Amino acid sequence: MSRYRNVTFLVAILFVQVLGLAVQVKRSGAGEHTRVIRLWTVSAVSPLEKALLWFQNGVGNIWSNYVYLRGVRQENRDLKFEIERLRLEQVRLSDDAQQARRLQALLGFRETYIAKTVAAQVIGTSGSEQSRSIYIDKGTSAGVDKDMAVITADGLVGKVLRAFGSTSQVLLINDQSSGVGVILDKTRLQGVIKGTAAGEVILEKVMTDEQVSPGDRIVTSGGDQIFPKGITVGTVMKVSPGADLFLNIRVKPSASLSRLEEVLVITKKEDRPPSVADSNSVRAVDILTQRLPSVPDKPAADAAPAPEATKPAAAAPKPQGQAAVNSPAGPSTGQGGVKPATSPTAVPPKKASPTAKPAASAPAPGGSQPASSQPTTGDQPH
Amino acid sequence: MEVYRFNPLVTILVPLGALFLQAFLPRHFHFFFLFDLPLLVVIFFSVARRSQVAGLLTGSLIGLLQDALTHQPIGMYGIAKTVVGYGASSLGAKLDIENVGARFLVTLFFYAVHEVVYFAVARGLVKLTLEWSWGHEIGGALLNAATAAILFTLLDRLKQRA
Repeated sequence: MSRYRNVTFLVAILFVQVLGLAVQVKRSGAGEHTRVIRLWTVSAVSPLEKALLWFQNGVGNIWSNYVYLRGVRQENRDLKFEIERLRLEQVRLSDDAQQARRLQALLGFRETYIAKTVAAQVIGTSGSEQSRSIYIDKGTSAGVDKDMAVITADGLVGKVLRAFGSTSQVLLINDQSSGVGVILDKTRLQGVIKGTAAGEVILEKVMTDEQVSPGDRIVTSGGDQIFPKGITVGTVMKVSPGADLFLNIRVKPSASLSRLEEVLVITKKEDRPPSVADSNSVRAVDILTQRLPSVPDKPAADAAPAPEATKPAAAAPKPQGQAAVNSPAGPSTGQGGVKPATSPTAVPPKKASPTAKPAASAPAPGGSQPASSQPTTGDQPH
Repeated sequence: MEVYRFNPLVTILVPLGALFLQAFLPRHFHFFFLFDLPLLVVIFFSVARRSQVAGLLTGSLIGLLQDALTHQPIGMYGIAKTVVGYGASSLGAKLDIENVGARFLVTLFFYAVHEVVYFAVARGLVKLTLEWSWGHEIGGALLNAATAAILFTLLDRLKQRA
């Protein structure tokens, strides 16, 4: 009798779960119906993750900032050489960028600008290989919301799937339910980036008669209205004929998806025509650098820019999108995200002052193209 | 055969700890995805309690919580771990599984059961395209079984005679 009771109980529990699954699968936006359970679980797990991460970062900072400084002098010398080299390259690129913007302005193109970003730390994963998603330490209280793009200095990471109060779940681009509209940088061919069950990234919807070769860079097309145009996604690794009329293209993501530590959430985008003055864009890598724990927050009044940087500011007004990112009054600054930048925005494009930070002709996050001033193709205005 | 019970705090904190480690460690060590600590906890509690109802409830609760951390529909791990909890407690009620070798084999078996049920649910009910890799599954089974042999010895200290 007892045995049958237990079996009955087992069947009942399984039936309820199968029924629940069926309801979730059938209804669109299934995640919203299970939000409470997810919220409880995340609320139970994420404080531990945040606490451990805080402790880990503290110990790591003490070690790397005070104890382990071997080779810093040599590294400093190397970096100075690198800065000089990059400054020369910057001057050349800024000329090209200015010219491109003038042409775009003449043709009346509209561009999608990254107006605001929030920097966040990765605190955990889903814990399952079948669900390639991560948790970050910023949620709705920091302005993060569903379907916002998530990037790193290297390239695209994914999009916000669910945003809770102080935590968000991010779906990575190598998950099989993920999809990103992309364009091949060289040939301008459009396609869709998808993840596979094995966690690889593939490029779909490219016809077999098209020319695609390994090493080709892939950037977001902006067509999906989630990811801004021009963010580096990855490079083509292998091309082979696939099923039907499409190529089988394997892609190496630019961002190291299995080793993510800090990411940027694009919380605001703006659509507006380009202007020639828009050459002072901020790169994702700059924003992440400004967020280093050792750099203290300064109020706007105290953060007096260097003389070299202040003078040209009057001549080169700060672009709108840029202002939103760097403005001390911007929401992102108060969320531990982007700190007020002083000098980069004030440097005119051609100026290569030794004290000024190179900011003109800023490339896209992780790429060489400007993120917030992408040259859009003429047939696809945003 | 002895039946064990656990302090309520242990009953809550050990599964939560397993879930936390399962979500936190793969961030630093990608290979940790091969482990399934919540599954090991389900097997341990189910075998020790030797009650089928307690076993399936433990399995379903831990499984549902594990589901909640993923972005997939809730219930896939829940169903798989309910079956494992029921099976492990049924086995625990008949056999004394206290030595390391028996624990290794039991975990190996239930890991396989868990994966088969999970894949069946994921493919049959949710229509996910999952790839079954024998190498991956055998590696995962051996790794989890070896971990269980060590972990169960540590968790034995938390047992209380009923």
